[in-house]
Amino acid sequence: MKSKTSLILAFETSCDETSVAVIRDGRKVLANEVATQIKSHQRFGGVVPEVASRHHIEQITICLEQALQTAQVDYADLSAVAVTYGPGLVGSLLVGVTAAKTVAWAHHLPLLPVNHIAGHIYAAQFVQPIKFPAMALVVSGGHTELVWMPTENQFEIIGETRDDAVGETYDKVGRTMGLAYPAGPQVDQLAQQGHDTFAFPRAMQDEAGYDFSFSGLKSSFINRVHHAEQVHEQLSQVDLAASFQAAAVDVLVDKTVRALHEYPAQQLILAGGVAANHELRQRLASAVANQVRLVMAPAQFCGDNAAMIGAAGWMLEKHQVRADLDLNANPSLEFERIQLKKH
Amino acid sequence: MKVLALDTSNRPLTAAVLDGNQLLATTTITTERKHAAFALPLVAELLERAHLQPTDLDRVVVANGPGSYTGLRVAVTIGKVLATTLKIQLVGISSLATLALNFSDTNRLIVPLFDARNDLVFSGVYQTEPAGLKTVLPDRHVAFSRWILELQKFHDNLLFVGQDTLHFVDQIKESFPTAVVVSGPKALPQAGELGLAGQKQAVVTDVDHFVPRYLRLTQAEADWQREHPGEEQHNYVEHL
Ligand SMILES: [Zn+2]
Repeated sequence: MKSKTSLILAFETSCDETSVAVIRDGRKVLANEVATQIKSHQRFGGVVPEVASRHHIEQITICLEQALQTAQVDYADLSAVAVTYGPGLVGSLLVGVTAAKTVAWAHHLPLLPVNHIAGHIYAAQFVQPIKFPAMALVVSGGHTELVWMPTENQFEIIGETRDDAVGETYDKVGRTMGLAYPAGPQVDQLAQQGHDTFAFPRAMQDEAGYDFSFSGLKSSFINRVHHAEQVHEQLSQVDLAASFQAAAVDVLVDKTVRALHEYPAQQLILAGGVAANHELRQRLASAVANQVRLVMAPAQFCGDNAAMIGAAGWMLEKHQVRADLDLNANPSLEFERIQLKKH
Repeated sequence: MKVLALDTSNRPLTAAVLDGNQLLATTTITTERKHAAFALPLVAELLERAHLQPTDLDRVVVANGPGSYTGLRVAVTIGKVLATTLKIQLVGISSLATLALNFSDTNRLIVPLFDARNDLVFSGVYQTEPAGLKTVLPDRHVAFSRWILELQKFHDNLLFVGQDTLHFVDQIKESFPTAVVVSGPKALPQAGELGLAGQKQAVVTDVDHFVPRYLRLTQAEADWQREHPGEEQHNYVEHL
């Protein structure tokens, strides 16, 4: 008899972090090895896909061995292998998908195909078990979306960005201010010392529906800075950052609060790399305090990591969702389009 | 010795399982481009046909480039992960040399060739000897017009091989009227040959640092290096 303990080996290589983790019963992180390439991509001011893929293949077995060693487990102890198969950069995803398939095949283990966004959401499990129905606000460099989860294995996007992701906007605004990539955390830091004096536009706040838009805010910010340069006007960096952040957070909080009126969630989950943002965490917490229980992923699991993929993989394992060895990367994977094979 | 051999460097996908010199099962496919999806199912099927378990393998041999960047990473990832997870031996062989392995009976110098676009090619020069294949000129990424000039020193005793020789056949014939140009089935990589050759080669001692031989920097890195001479570092990836 196989023991009922779930022990998942998880791979995540969707962007510029190579990560391998071992997760017990969906909630206990036994190991979470993360190799970040930020320093490499800083040379180029953003992630260069081919460079990212090359780093992944340099790191993949190092992370695998380290994770198993830290977790003190052997292949024979494992119950499944989970892997991010999308969305993300196709060349990067392929290294993780190929590695996961190879391990699964070599050791006769089930293969669990994880949506990267589901992974971000399931990082909340490291704080407390998710209670359904739940709502998630997913904010990162590539994503800005409100995800409604009526039950454990159902994800519906009710609102998403129509143009730039919020994290992407942070990076572009930061670049305009002369900050190094990735600029998001630096903008957040500066914003905490300044005041909202520039009155940047709050896009789509009056529109019905839950879609977001950040391109107007971005253009307005860039135009203001360029205009100041032309007339040799000195702008306060901290007030610029604070004004931008106030506008971005206003929109995120406003839409989320409105969505919660229509969708009666038991929990609101804040997830994704931008979920580490101080102002967003504080403002969202006070805005929904009387409405719903807010669960924020621990800061260390907000960025891309394989632990969260293991947590989401555990949910697939429970529902016996598996992939075959012909699993391919799907760079533009979305919740609505998920097609999984049930065995 | 039970050996798995795999080449995903270009459009052909070829895999084989061998027991020493005996080829147990092999398949070559030229109609599929999605090597990442199909390489492992093919490997699984071949092992099944050979009545072997993954744990029966002693060695995995992969073609490690040059070739399509994405393609190369499929076989190299499978190879290094198998070597790590099953604690078996790993061997990497040039994808160009893999083509040359098809011509063990020629006394011509073998010039395998992949089109790298914009008049650039990946190529090298090999010679068949009783002990095996010998590298005469190492693999390189080079302008075809320059490569033709460099090959002049070998006079006309050449055999060009590769699916992509079709694009260059006129230029080849102009410079080397009696050269042999092979672009048919014999210009496809054969994993059986790869598996045989791989048994005679030294195994990779540092599997973690085994990476594809791209033979070419990414455009972003080349541009950056030009603008930042002498600033190249080696710690671009940090473990958190
Ligand atoms: Zn992410």
